Amino acid sequence: MPIVTLFEKPFDPYAELGAYEATLIEQHGEGQYGATTSFVGSMRDFNEGDNVSAMFLEHYPGMTEKALGKICEQAMKDFPIIDCVALHRVGEIKPNDSIVLVAAWSAHRAAAFDACRFLIEKLKSDAPFWKKESLNETTRWVEKNTKG
Amino acid sequence: MAIKVLFFASLRESMGRAADELDASDVETVTDVWDAVAGGNAMPSNLLMAINQDYVNADARVEDGDEVAFFPPVTGG
Repeated sequence: MPIVTLFEKPFDPYAELGAYEATLIEQHGEGQYGATTSFVGSMRDFNEGDNVSAMFLEHYPGMTEKALGKICEQAMKDFPIIDCVALHRVGEIKPNDSIVLVAAWSAHRAAAFDACRFLIEKLKSDAPFWKKESLNETTRWVEKNTKG
Repeated sequence: MAIKVLFFASLRESMGRAADELDASDVETVTDVWDAVAGGNAMPSNLLMAINQDYVNADARVEDGDEVAFFPPVTGG
């Protein structure tokens, strides 16, 4: 069963990945997956040519979780994967903090890679999150995603 | 009952408020809701909108008790 989680404090995506992977045997039985793919997005200290000292990630409580759940459901339908997750930070974020983890498990690598790419691209286009960057003396809303 | 209207991110700041409430008898569609709350501002072409936390188009019908949200393009991940 895919999980989605929002973190208000810094989280360790690799610890979360390992912890969830440890539940897969119980959920799906032994020896079910041969491929794990994951994408971790973290905060840069530069954007559009400016230094960025911090960021606030706003979200829409309720809809954000619902949207992430739908994206995971879609991935489960469209790709032959056995499970996936979508975890995301919200609130005040510092450079190097992890922002997002998506991961997929499947029997073979192609489906896991494809599903992982789908998860992050769909999350970036659909999930209600908005980044506001703190520059030296000002703040600005990020208006669009950088090209994948 | 009424229709609850929510604004997020840069739109919340330009609207000067995070939420609003409308009498459901005054509006039929999401566009009507926008017109009722936006103070004469045209709907931005890239505006996203949702009813009860699902994306909809501007011509979607609203009902008493709905939560309608307006927000700019999303930038998570």
